Amino acid sequence: MIPPVMLISAYRSRLWVRLTLAGLVALTLLVLACRPAPPAPRGDLILATTTSVQDSGLLEALIPVFEAGVDVNVKPIAVGTGAALRLAEEGNADALFVHAPDAERALVDAGHAYNRHLVAYNDFVIVGPRTDPANIAGGTDAAMAFTAIAATEARFISRGDDSGTHKRERAIWAEVGIVPGDSWYAESGQGMGATLIIADQKLAYVLTDRGTFLALSDDVDLIPLVEGDPALLNLYSVLQVSPAKLGVNALAAVAWIEFMLSEEAQAIINDFRRDEFGRPLFHAAAGLQEAEVIERFAAQAADG
Amino acid sequence: MDLLWDGIKEAFNLWIRGDAEIIEITLRTLAVSSLATVVSLVLGVPIGAALALKRFPGRRPLVALVNTGMGMPPVVVGLFVAIMLWRSGPFGGLGLIYTPWAIVIAQFVIAVPLVIGISLAAIQAIDPKLLDQMIALGANRLQLLWLIVREARLGLLAALMAGFGAVISEVGASIMVGGNIAGETRVLTTATVLETSRGRFEVAIALGVMLLVLAYLVNLVFTSAQQRRPA
Repeated sequence: MIPPVMLISAYRSRLWVRLTLAGLVALTLLVLACRPAPPAPRGDLILATTTSVQDSGLLEALIPVFEAGVDVNVKPIAVGTGAALRLAEEGNADALFVHAPDAERALVDAGHAYNRHLVAYNDFVIVGPRTDPANIAGGTDAAMAFTAIAATEARFISRGDDSGTHKRERAIWAEVGIVPGDSWYAESGQGMGATLIIADQKLAYVLTDRGTFLALSDDVDLIPLVEGDPALLNLYSVLQVSPAKLGVNALAAVAWIEFMLSEEAQAIINDFRRDEFGRPLFHAAAGLQEAEVIERFAAQAADG
Repeated sequence: MDLLWDGIKEAFNLWIRGDAEIIEITLRTLAVSSLATVVSLVLGVPIGAALALKRFPGRRPLVALVNTGMGMPPVVVGLFVAIMLWRSGPFGGLGLIYTPWAIVIAQFVIAVPLVIGISLAAIQAIDPKLLDQMIALGANRLQLLWLIVREARLGLLAALMAGFGAVISEVGASIMVGGNIAGETRVLTTATVLETSRGRFEVAIALGVMLLVLAYLVNLVFTSAQQRRPA
């Protein structure tokens, strides 16, 4: 016969085993339950972008569709591309939607951003007053047109804000070896819409993106004069800011880039206000390389 | 001139239709600017009273600083507040940038020197003998402050109106720290800038008219309070 004391202790030890087992099972369940589910993007996404996609209304067509699919709230900050890139560099934005390929590559090379994808393109147009004092109408060579404007000292309004459009304008001046800055050349320091309005009032030439120009075509009496030059191709890309920077919402940025490359977003871009103007404001470009876009653009320009 | 007329008509259309977006922007503008003004009043009036009544070394340079602040450009305030609130800034962790709170903070910084400066001048104009008498009669601090507010009523309401007028009409700080985000930080002034750059001048004029009407109605209330004959 087993002494009662031992019985109790045996029972106790069984109890301990049971408790330990139960605890282990509970712990395992807990760990399983807490194991991170595939992380879902959420929170705010600060999207540093350019005035052209805001002034034309494209952002308002894209953002609600994106927000309907994910638990992310987009905060678009429309500034010049120069300022947008700086916001990214400082980690004050999560994603970019901009149009300055050279500056974007520099940003990627410096490690501030990556995951760069071409999403849309349209073109820049040299527009000006109907009187066309520099006689550039019908041309397809941006460099020649700029040379003629400088030679006749016809009034020219520049953005002057380090935006993508301004960067392109400066590149063309640099190509023709002219340093504009005399009395015929003025900087507005404002967005594309405001600059077109100023150029209209001052009967001046201006380099503009196609989208903003079409969106404002009812309000300004400027006409497209030079178009179709490959140097006037306008490439829009999305990028995500390096998650190494403090507070960057990388998951939301990835979701945004995936969305912009999706068929749904590409269709929105391609059809945006197309019926209204009888021609597209933006062309879809997801999955294309820059060289392919240049080819397409040249073909479209040749078709007129 | 047709454009101006169209704009005014558009303003009435938007009001009558009860355009949801315009109403939302108007209410946000009112809420943000009122909050900024109230906070600047709560903090600014006591500081103004202290500067008016106390004598201490360094008072004059301090008053000169306040008076300089009364003319501070909103964009400069916006830039400094943005640098503070950006993620890269010292208060970046609070996540306030591009929220209405950021606009309230910037507008507070714009309004508070106005409130201090004007209340200082109003309180300094009170006859010091009156205050001495009250102290002699055994008034406590609270009673004294209440007397000051009563006596300087006209000037303090002027401070309130100047502060509110400055913040509801500024655009530079709001656009910089708020980002002009639709449905979140868009206020009447920043919406006007956007609609102008989009070439939608009628809507821009309509927003401008609404801003004027709003400012007038608010000031009408304050002015009635200010000009009421004391009982």
